[in-house]
Amino acid sequence: MNIALMFTVLYSQLFDFPGWDIFSQVLMYAIYIFIFISLFYGQRLQFHIWLKEVEGSLYKLKYIRDEGRRIAIEAIREIGKPQTDPTPRVDRFLEYFTITPQSLDPAGIVWKLEHILDVRDARFKDEVKLLAPSADETQVNNLENTLEAAMALNYIYKVIRHYFLLGKKTLSLYIIMQIQMILPLVMREAEAYASALKAFAYGQPIGDGVGALVAAKLMHGYPVRKVPKDCVVATVPIEGRTAYVIKAEGPGGNVGKPGDAIKTIIEENEGKIATIIMIDAALKLEGEEVGEVAEGVGAAIGGPGVDQFKIEETILKYRIPINAVIIKEDIGDAVSPMRREIFEAADKAIERIKQLILEKTKEGDKIIICGVGNTIGIAQ
Amino acid sequence: MVSKASSEPSPAARVSSFVLLAIFVMLVVAIMALFLSYGAYVSGNYDVAAALIIIGFIGVAASSYVLFQTRQRLIRLRIETPPITTTIECRKCGFKTVREFQRGDYIFKEVDVCQKCNEKMLITAIYREVREKGRKPFPF
Ligand SMILES: [Zn+2]
Repeated sequence: MNIALMFTVLYSQLFDFPGWDIFSQVLMYAIYIFIFISLFYGQRLQFHIWLKEVEGSLYKLKYIRDEGRRIAIEAIREIGKPQTDPTPRVDRFLEYFTITPQSLDPAGIVWKLEHILDVRDARFKDEVKLLAPSADETQVNNLENTLEAAMALNYIYKVIRHYFLLGKKTLSLYIIMQIQMILPLVMREAEAYASALKAFAYGQPIGDGVGALVAAKLMHGYPVRKVPKDCVVATVPIEGRTAYVIKAEGPGGNVGKPGDAIKTIIEENEGKIATIIMIDAALKLEGEEVGEVAEGVGAAIGGPGVDQFKIEETILKYRIPINAVIIKEDIGDAVSPMRREIFEAADKAIERIKQLILEKTKEGDKIIICGVGNTIGIAQ
Repeated sequence: MVSKASSEPSPAARVSSFVLLAIFVMLVVAIMALFLSYGAYVSGNYDVAAALIIIGFIGVAASSYVLFQTRQRLIRLRIETPPITTTIECRKCGFKTVREFQRGDYIFKEVDVCQKCNEKMLITAIYREVREKGRKPFPF
């Protein structure tokens, strides 16, 4: 009884303030209108919200792309000292495309793909040499990487713009929905490319180069020789074994063709290789630490798959065991200037490699250690 | 050196300044509504006061929220250049210097001579330091 009375008093004090009547009526109408709108126009409303979201990201992508283009042109002007304005040529370069081979009959596609990629590479190099006549070999490689990053940014922007405009034109919720759903991942990738572009323009080592860094640390101080294609090898004594340490030739931006290099070394030794150890940066899952070192088996190498295929072919022929040591990082770290954690992980990886050698090989054995990755900013 | 930022504002920034103006107008209107509501309350016009106070609060909340959002977007729009350090080491006496990265630096590059023993020094490390800001320990 008493409690009920108290409750009534409390209620009237809290909610029955003067002017409530009119206001509550207005509020009720507002709620009805809101329900009506969301019933019949909810999807349309959602469409416009998503469209706005995509548009906002598109602005950002455009900004990133323009910034990338500007940095690339500035780097070319500064390093290449061209006689004429490089801008129109750069703009033409940004629109280059590559058509991958037909895969209806996939037998032998790897060699076709390799050929196409070789042609592309040669074409890019020639173009960069024309753009930047006074750049040396290292700088040509760096500029080529810079332009490739600018190209990727241009492409991402254009694809997102295409779907945005298409969705707007057709008023299709589903086109906009698809693009809105993958947008966070696309933006992450674009930001990664943007920081990569800066790193390439300045010639800074990037996270992806940690494999090359491990190889460089192992081979530093020993005589190196060139092996095909764009790779270097040094013969290094480690724990009583002879190690052929391979990496792409630095310090220009370059990944080389480790597949060809490993094949060459194996054939030089007539297949008498006790084991192959590959070191590469690998994408980490969210929640894993940056710079974590993990071990496994298999050919640890990314890219279009040509090199992995070649390595697997060769080791199958000679039945050589293959081990992999990976250093974990996320996509942003992989292409932006190398983080301290990743740099320090190189020493941990070397410890792992030495352990692996002691466990898996005997004294006097010959082994191959291959550091995979873009060797920009890392000599040997 | 590549200049760090172009002087002309980017299109995204220009759009944001227009939005910013609209938000400020909204904020001013909302604050005016709050004042009017107080006036209406004093003069006994309770229903008008209630309506105005709600409009005022919603206006202030919405505009400050949008303002915060655009500010965040503006901050994130810049491609930031993290400080990158180059460590130079003398192989003979272990003398070490750390300086900012300069174009042309690369790992295992021989640079100027050591101050102590006139030996060529070597770049041994180039990396960027990332400060994880305010990361709470997570149970997973
Ligand atoms: Zn010294």
